[in-house]
Amino acid sequence: MMKVFLLYPEQDFDASQPLPPLAEDLVQDLELKVLLEAMAKGDEHLFRASTRVLLSGVQDMAVIHYRQEILQDCLKHPDVIRRIYRIPLEFMERKRRQWLWISTRYSPPASILNSAQQMLAATLDLLWELRRIADAYAEQFTSRGFRRFFTMIQQELDDSYLALVERQVNALRFPQGVLLSARLGAGNEGAEYVLRKPNNADQPWIKRMLTRKSPTYSYTLHPRDEAGARILGELRDRGVARAANAVAQAADHIESFFKVLQFELAFYLGCLNLHEALEQLGAPIAFPRPAPVQERRLSCTNLYDVTLLLTMQQAVVGNDVAADGKKLIVITGPNQGGKTTFLRSLGVAQLMMQAGMFVPAESFSANVCTALFTHFKRAEDKTLESGKFQEELQRMSAIVDHLTPNALLLCNESFASTNEREGSEIAWQIVSALLEKRVKVFYVTHMYELAQRFYENDRADALFLRAERLPDGTRTFRLREGEPLETSYGVDVYRKIFGEDNEPLQRESEFARYSGSLQGQQ
Amino acid sequence: MSFGSILFDHNGVLPKTPDALQFLSDLHLDQVIEAIIAPKREYDLKPFFLTPLHDVETILYRQEVMRELESEPLMVILRAFAEQMSVVRRYLAMVEKLDFELHKKGWFLEAALVYCNAVKKLAGHLENSRFRSRGLRLFRDYVMQYVRSSPFLSLADEADQVKKALSEVRYCVIIENGKFKVGPYEEEEDYSVEVENTFAKFKQAAAEEYLVKLSQRSGMSHIEAIILEFVARLYPEPFAALREFCARHNPFVDETLRAFDREIQFYIAYLEFIGDFRREGLPFCYPQVSAEGRESYVREGFDLALALSMRRQGERTVVCNDFFLRAPERILVVTGPNQGGKTTFARMFGQLHYLASLGCPVPGREARLVLFDKLFTYFETEEDIRNLRGKLEDDLFRVHQILSQATPQSILIFNEPFASTALHDALFLSKEVMARVIDLDARCGWVTFLDELASMSEKVVSMVAMVDPTDPTIRTFKVVRQPANGLAYAFSLAQKHRLTYHDIQERIHDEGLSTVS
Repeated sequence: MMKVFLLYPEQDFDASQPLPPLAEDLVQDLELKVLLEAMAKGDEHLFRASTRVLLSGVQDMAVIHYRQEILQDCLKHPDVIRRIYRIPLEFMERKRRQWLWISTRYSPPASILNSAQQMLAATLDLLWELRRIADAYAEQFTSRGFRRFFTMIQQELDDSYLALVERQVNALRFPQGVLLSARLGAGNEGAEYVLRKPNNADQPWIKRMLTRKSPTYSYTLHPRDEAGARILGELRDRGVARAANAVAQAADHIESFFKVLQFELAFYLGCLNLHEALEQLGAPIAFPRPAPVQERRLSCTNLYDVTLLLTMQQAVVGNDVAADGKKLIVITGPNQGGKTTFLRSLGVAQLMMQAGMFVPAESFSANVCTALFTHFKRAEDKTLESGKFQEELQRMSAIVDHLTPNALLLCNESFASTNEREGSEIAWQIVSALLEKRVKVFYVTHMYELAQRFYENDRADALFLRAERLPDGTRTFRLREGEPLETSYGVDVYRKIFGEDNEPLQRESEFARYSGSLQGQQ
Repeated sequence: MSFGSILFDHNGVLPKTPDALQFLSDLHLDQVIEAIIAPKREYDLKPFFLTPLHDVETILYRQEVMRELESEPLMVILRAFAEQMSVVRRYLAMVEKLDFELHKKGWFLEAALVYCNAVKKLAGHLENSRFRSRGLRLFRDYVMQYVRSSPFLSLADEADQVKKALSEVRYCVIIENGKFKVGPYEEEEDYSVEVENTFAKFKQAAAEEYLVKLSQRSGMSHIEAIILEFVARLYPEPFAALREFCARHNPFVDETLRAFDREIQFYIAYLEFIGDFRREGLPFCYPQVSAEGRESYVREGFDLALALSMRRQGERTVVCNDFFLRAPERILVVTGPNQGGKTTFARMFGQLHYLASLGCPVPGREARLVLFDKLFTYFETEEDIRNLRGKLEDDLFRVHQILSQATPQSILIFNEPFASTALHDALFLSKEVMARVIDLDARCGWVTFLDELASMSEKVVSMVAMVDPTDPTIRTFKVVRQPANGLAYAFSLAQKHRLTYHDIQERIHDEGLSTVS
């Protein structure tokens, strides 16, 4: 069996499966597009494969290790990987060139026939190339995945199989010389082509020529006019479309193998591209250590936001966290202090780990989770279904629909769209219930009431982090353990934008007068 | 006065459109405009809808034309004309892309045939029509004069003759290996059945998929071009006539008709769009528009984008609301429960003014509106990691920019500014900004849950989104002029979404529950 099996030990990656529920939110909230674009480097195949694999993380630690091994082989032999990847790519390219040589989607029969024949013939050298690589490198790769892959190539792509392909290509030849009738349709295009039986077909050729009464014009194609020959073939083969079809379908079998190979390798190429990009920026990577799903583990050093790094194209501040045994992390602190960035870096690392990738950190270990969801504050929903708060509740309710024990939920300013007192109460109820149901929650919030309430609760399985703000107002973008503080820093920013010397305009007495008179009416 | 444009009363050109109109997306007018122009992609109508007018005269010119186009018989005539003109354009665009002379000329002829037919029909219909609007009266006179002109008459006559001669040609192609012959058709028999039978053994069960594609083709290869050349040698006269026709009549589309064909779509697109809403019983009206004045109102106005979204989801009712502003009132502060229709109300306020400035009927039973010079909106934006100013800093920066560009003729719409900051900060900042808006004396719609803002000045009118008095969880989406009442309904909403502590306890199932005995 020709099977690729580079993402799972015993199955293909099923790219037709839908993405996990609410995956679009995850992409948007974690800014995954930046990461995926760095993996793709402008290649749509890489983008697609990286997206699918990253978002369809696995819980099985054996599969994570299987992929980590393969990825390590890839990092050791990047040139070999790229060489293998060129094979399906070349196949697709040839297919594109030969099957769709005419601008219209609906290629004429002769073109499909010709192309399918040529493509099958041209596939032989690609299959040979694959075998040469397998012969050359089977011993140097150490991962189970690649060892199996190379062995399979050596066994399946033997001479007898390739000879069979060639024989079938050559088996198809067609009668020569046909007569068609036509008339001029719109735009003087030939229309109503009908295959005709020559008059007096039973008589000898010379007699037929003599009996033809009218003048004819003839044209001989230039020997190098291949396109012209194909078009003549199209007209000629108008009645034999089904034969063309048979050849085209033979090509499909080989194509499906190459498609899987391309998809699965594309993911690892994406990892290679990302690795190169991070290496150039001098950013560290680590292969994470997954822990069983029932445990509560999170410890990392120099964990940084890879999307921010890729956007800034320069080093960004990393954070160390020691949160083994913690079910809840509450993150507070000033605006622009790096809270969202930190939350995003945690989510991205969890996803990358469960896709079998390396992670952006010096070290990273976490328990596998059954699912990852994000509930980030959003601009108002464009579809107008509801107000902001309603929209937040709807999103949270959709998440709860899919939550299972041992899932991970990242909240970023959730329920800040209503006033603080109400937002805190609702968040308190939701988070308390989720923790009891063994859902792991990381919550970034401005809501002092909420953070303080969990803090006073004094639970051992909660960790409180605060974005650091130095006495002079500078943000370090580091997260420190610490209890929630009451103030945000709106007044600072206001003075900065509207000017230090521009005194606030509020005329308290005037406002008091109007509010007083209105209250009087009530 | 002769006909110039159906969109402008003088021979004016379209003013330059500003590049970015952030407020359109905040007001959801981008969705509305997209929905209006989506069926009319080929006309590039967007510039017309992105260019608000600031003179009352042109707005009235458009209102006249638009009123007249509400007559269904006239609309049918113009639609038929537009469809045929669209075919003409498609053919002519194709001619530009084709490679071979006789192929190009063949399609050029097809285009001319369609064009002549379209113009004749249009003229026939307009001839006896009586119009009240200046725009359509002048246009009718123009068409009648054009269709009787000798250039048009000879174009139409020649096109018909050339086509007739070409369609009578029949020929045969004989294909051999590497060469072919072309001769006249001599009644030979159909042979395709025999050929198909010969290759029937190649037929595969799963071959259907390719066969569908096989049956279709289009365009012309160089081989087919040579065949056509040979056919032209067999039958020289009809092709000579074709060449002469093309030389004499290129280009053939009248410039004024071309411009009209595009510009009239502005009206057609809008009327078709609002037609669906009217059938559902939603009112539209031609507003009284003035350049200045301090009084404005709408009766039974509604958010057009919301109505659109609800229709797409198969829901019917959009709630209509009224407002009025009388000197010294300038600011509508909207408070009330979440999801109570506050933002929608603010959007409606902006949409009404914008649509009126295009010369269009506005969503409402009756309206009087004062033109604006600039429109500003301030809505929450999503956090963007490329923007490394802190979010609050960014918010304030935008507010500062708006305040420094706005004039007393401007309209400002604030939707829950500073909602992401702590309560204390939000109140401080909101009051600061409100005080500046009051000083500026601009018109303003302001949505907030901070009740304090609704009573800050005599310029401020307090509007409150209402709930059903018998059940506070039911929003009526009515926004009414009355003092802010400080009620919020967050918790009832959480119950509705089953997100209370007890709800969640019930909704998430423990792992391995089924194995517990």
